[in-house]
Amino acid sequence: MADTIFSQRTTWNRIKMVVGTIRRIWAHILLLTIGFIVLMPFFWMITISLKPPALIYVPPHLIPIHFEWQNYVKALEAAPFARYYLNTSIAALCIVTGQLLFSSLAGYAFARLHFPGRNILFLILLSTLMVPFYITLIPSYLIVRILGMVNTYPGLIVPFLVSAFGIFLFRQYYIEFPKDLEEKALMDGCSRLQIWRHVFLPLSKPPLAALGIFAFLFAWNSFLWPLVVTTDPDMWTIQIGLAMFSGRYGTEWTSLMAGTTVSVIPAIVAFIILQKYYIRHLALSARLG
Amino acid sequence: MKEETRTALICVAPATVIIGTFTIFPIFYSFYLSLTDWDGLSPTKNFVGFGNYSQLIADEAFWNSIKLTLCYAVGVTTISLIAGLALASLINRTERLASFYRVIFFIPVVTSFVAAAVVWRSLFSPAGFLSDTFRSIGIPAINWLADPTWAMPALILVGAWMRLGFNTVISLAGLQAIPRGYYDKGKVDGAGALSRFRFITLPLMRPIILLLLVMSLVDAFLVFDLAYVMTGGGPLQATNVAGLLLYKNAFHYYKMGYASAIGMITFAIVLIISLIQMKLLKFGKEV
Repeated sequence: MADTIFSQRTTWNRIKMVVGTIRRIWAHILLLTIGFIVLMPFFWMITISLKPPALIYVPPHLIPIHFEWQNYVKALEAAPFARYYLNTSIAALCIVTGQLLFSSLAGYAFARLHFPGRNILFLILLSTLMVPFYITLIPSYLIVRILGMVNTYPGLIVPFLVSAFGIFLFRQYYIEFPKDLEEKALMDGCSRLQIWRHVFLPLSKPPLAALGIFAFLFAWNSFLWPLVVTTDPDMWTIQIGLAMFSGRYGTEWTSLMAGTTVSVIPAIVAFIILQKYYIRHLALSARLG
Repeated sequence: MKEETRTALICVAPATVIIGTFTIFPIFYSFYLSLTDWDGLSPTKNFVGFGNYSQLIADEAFWNSIKLTLCYAVGVTTISLIAGLALASLINRTERLASFYRVIFFIPVVTSFVAAAVVWRSLFSPAGFLSDTFRSIGIPAINWLADPTWAMPALILVGAWMRLGFNTVISLAGLQAIPRGYYDKGKVDGAGALSRFRFITLPLMRPIILLLLVMSLVDAFLVFDLAYVMTGGGPLQATNVAGLLLYKNAFHYYKMGYASAIGMITFAIVLIISLIQMKLLKFGKEV
């Protein structure tokens, strides 16, 4: 008697397990299909970028069967993409470095140092997160123009050397550190700037990586500001170059897609390498936005 | 001065100077400019009071662009929020490969709007993949971006595609924070899948949904790059969103005062959306 009940139970459990497995496999199939659809524009982009231009109107397919690398050479000849790459890389490198340095310094001061006006200053800086870029666009442009920085690297870089999000990120991180962390170093005669440099900074890998990827993607992908402060094609960033290329060679899809592919690679590669940090801090950035 | 205070000043100075110069000062300066008729070049600025604002209110192009921008924002938010929640609960059910799916769905989010606009222009073109697919299942091809009726839906589709991964990842984080036990208990009590969603998932996810709702609305309201590259505001002003209107007024027609007034109104709308969110979130906590 007990034996039958027992075996009935195991059969029931086994059925439940099988149903669960089937449902999970079904979810995977669904997710892979949706994933394929979501990434479809990228497959399309790569396929077209490798197609012989003469075959562009032949019924399209999503997986490349031709490999016409000439399209990339042609795109590079039609527009100075190397120059755009260089400009964007210089701007992105400076913006990332500046944000890491200045946000970490300010975050350290707001979390660990006492000074008059600390809380009110922090609140003011934080509240600027609510200010849309539209409203600061025209005055920022005028300031950059007065400083003679139109069509220069500083013009592309300086307004973004620090971000309120970065300051908040580092402050939250440093405030969790144990209270007596500095005490020993202070007794040994270290200055507080040395403590930041030798104690806090070496412990900051997660926020450095997270802010690094945020700032890099921002710098690499930004469009409106470079559009406003650069009129000289030699100073264009990759996004401006691509948009202008698209305006001029609007239907030369093969070289256009080659240029687009080249422009998205750094952002996607950087994201995949640092995605762990990026995603972990996404919720924080969401709460602030 | 104490060493601590001195160090603190050194630490916060760069951040304060940059944010002060390029964010805080511009708010006030923008308001000042919006009260003038400045063209951005001439040495004098004529004070016109609220003239720009009353001109805006009478301007049909302005109302058209506000309507279009709201339409875009609501469209993008609705699609990406519902699809994001659905995707997140699907991922949450699989137990494995969650980080793989997260990366897959997030790739469009880290792509630039410009690149997305260029690729989707190609997809929407008469020779593109979408038209071809439609033709093959018997739907007559639409020249999406050249048709005033279809240009905005096309823009919304791309905007939602760019937003989907973000909403999915944040929703997933929220779903993963709900203890499994709640659902097991619900099952024991005889709640079906639908009522489990209605009475367990939804109330616990409410703050996150609200947050994503407001963030998506605000971000989408500030759309610029996508419209600039994909349609340039056309055809027949059908996608001339507020950002484009502001940009054109400031940097094509040199109406800095008028453009600043557009910026101030946009700011006000964004602020109202955020304030409503805060109110709702507080309300949610009391209940």
